[in-house]
Amino acid sequence: MSFDRIREKLSILADAAKYDVSCASSGGKRANSDKGLGNNTGMGICHSYTEDGRCVSLLKILLTNHCIFDCAYCITRKSNDVKRAAFKVQEVVDLTINFYRRNYIEGLFLSSGIFKNPDYTMERLVTVAKKLRLEENFNGYIHLKSIPGASDELMREAGLYADRLSVNIEIPTISGLKLLAPDKKHEDFIKPMQKVKNEIIQYKAERKIIKSTPRYAPAGQSTQMIIGATGESDRDIMYSATYYYKKFNMRRVYYSGYVPVMSDSRLPSLGTEVPILRENRLYQTDWLLRFYGFSVTEILNDSHKNLDLDIDPKLSWALRNLHLFPIDINRADKVMLARVPGIGMQSVSKIIQARKFRNLDWTHLKAIGIALNRAQYFITCSSKDFYKKELSPSMLKNKILKSSASKYNKHFNQQLSLFS
Amino acid sequence: MNPQTILLYDGSFDGFLCCVFMVYDQNIVDPVIRKESQTKNQLFTITEQVTTEESKAKRVWKGFRTKTTTAEQRDFFKAFLSEVKGVENTLLSYMKSTFNKKASTAIDFSNKDVLKINQVARMVGREKHRMEAFVRFQLTKDDMYVATVAPDFNVLPLIMHHFKDRYADQKWLIFDTKRSYGIYYDLVSVETITFENISGINTKAIKKSYNDTEIDFQKLWSVYYNNVNIKSRKNSKLHLQHVPKRYWKYLTEKNTI
Repeated sequence: MSFDRIREKLSILADAAKYDVSCASSGGKRANSDKGLGNNTGMGICHSYTEDGRCVSLLKILLTNHCIFDCAYCITRKSNDVKRAAFKVQEVVDLTINFYRRNYIEGLFLSSGIFKNPDYTMERLVTVAKKLRLEENFNGYIHLKSIPGASDELMREAGLYADRLSVNIEIPTISGLKLLAPDKKHEDFIKPMQKVKNEIIQYKAERKIIKSTPRYAPAGQSTQMIIGATGESDRDIMYSATYYYKKFNMRRVYYSGYVPVMSDSRLPSLGTEVPILRENRLYQTDWLLRFYGFSVTEILNDSHKNLDLDIDPKLSWALRNLHLFPIDINRADKVMLARVPGIGMQSVSKIIQARKFRNLDWTHLKAIGIALNRAQYFITCSSKDFYKKELSPSMLKNKILKSSASKYNKHFNQQLSLFS
Repeated sequence: MNPQTILLYDGSFDGFLCCVFMVYDQNIVDPVIRKESQTKNQLFTITEQVTTEESKAKRVWKGFRTKTTTAEQRDFFKAFLSEVKGVENTLLSYMKSTFNKKASTAIDFSNKDVLKINQVARMVGREKHRMEAFVRFQLTKDDMYVATVAPDFNVLPLIMHHFKDRYADQKWLIFDTKRSYGIYYDLVSVETITFENISGINTKAIKKSYNDTEIDFQKLWSVYYNNVNIKSRKNSKLHLQHVPKRYWKYLTEKNTI
């Protein structure tokens, strides 16, 4: 192959794919068969990190950035004046294999602009995955984008070769979608999700009877939403995310702070700062919902539409529910331990094991590694020395903020609290 | 005052287990276990050389296994590989308390030895994971994928299986320049190898024997790496947290080719 030409294409098509934040290479177990190339143990590996701190685990590229759609938020939209390029199927296969053999990547994440029509595009993506699996005996990770509007047959075939399939919903609300992507219909996004979900359910049922049923998208499906492009509230975003988790058994919903790349009257102006902190709070909420047993209405509701930026969502919830605290570390059940600010799931498990041997005091808790600067106000342990409820929620919040050094401190100065 | 006993062993895991055997066999109180290479003459001590015998090591390990979960056994081995000074004594004290307790799946995280082993094992585990991530193979003329590393802990025994399972159809070699040994896969099995002449396996020598397209793929990877960065989200602190500077030397994308 001609390396100069490939280099040019790679720079254009990697650049265009980078706003897709999904980088997971985990969840899809695939053993190395017949002394082939690669495996997937179910645990992802981040092989490198970009200077913005995001992990690089997959070769994340577009097959082409030619596109018939004109979505305002997208850098490859048809009316945008950018260099266009397209990879040949074999070129993507060769790049993937050669990068993989050098231990640069865990696999391939292939997306594409939509050229001609959805089926034509989807077929190309499937061909790449098929070649990798059948001709190269490649067992690494493959993530394919489901193209909205692609036929059910192609979606079925895609799942036979890919580990994960995803459609990016991009705009959390239907009204926002109408505004920014007038050519796209909400149903077009939903259809492939529904298909993938049904195929996975069917696969799991059939596998119980016939062990050799071909596997279907073992790492499930994911989606992504852009944050801060259409003025939606955190409640809108998290309610939508919960809907996708429940309705389509999503493995992951990603939140991507909008990066202004072109000027459009419908969008935040160029130079607007990327809402990195808000993104972080949304991910924290996502974790609370998936691993800590919180329900979305506890964290976001009519009286609390947006997350606090200055404190994490668990602390914020605890301050609104001070009547539930303090809890006794040596007696409380797992559910309640997980709800204490400053205690993570790892510490919960350590506490539960350790307290079988003896009653725990502050020294033990500190050694186990819980964040006492927050936790101390919400717990009692084997010690006479503990926080007596004496401060109001807002005073307690200030006290905790003063004793902690948040990496986001630069965003807040003491002046702000006068007005909040 | 009774003189303190110092047990010297050959540095292998089996050798260490034999020290434990001896402590129980001869009822030694408060011993210090040390590698032969770290020996120092001290006043008022008795120094004993422990010979490694597989059968004794097996007996100790078998006893330990009946009292622990596989996760604990793995942590124990990882902590041993950390080569942290004096880790043998923490491991001995941990083993003693394990032999004294009733078999149970719960781990006593309020015991300082248990926590220490757990923390050291996590450090070693992190280094293992980093090696799985940051090894960059370079293809040589004789179709072998070669990489050199200098990990903080002795993790080659831990990463062996990962690379064997993953790269089953290519010959590869990972060489630890700090400890002067490597693991080599010849399409059948993985072997530990050492070189008489260390200069045979340095970065310069590898560069001289590059396969014709090696440089091209390295350049392509750098192009890719530079193009996935989003400049308006630059976050150097986070970047360094993920890839501390001491690992940059391995990374193709961080070096000029």
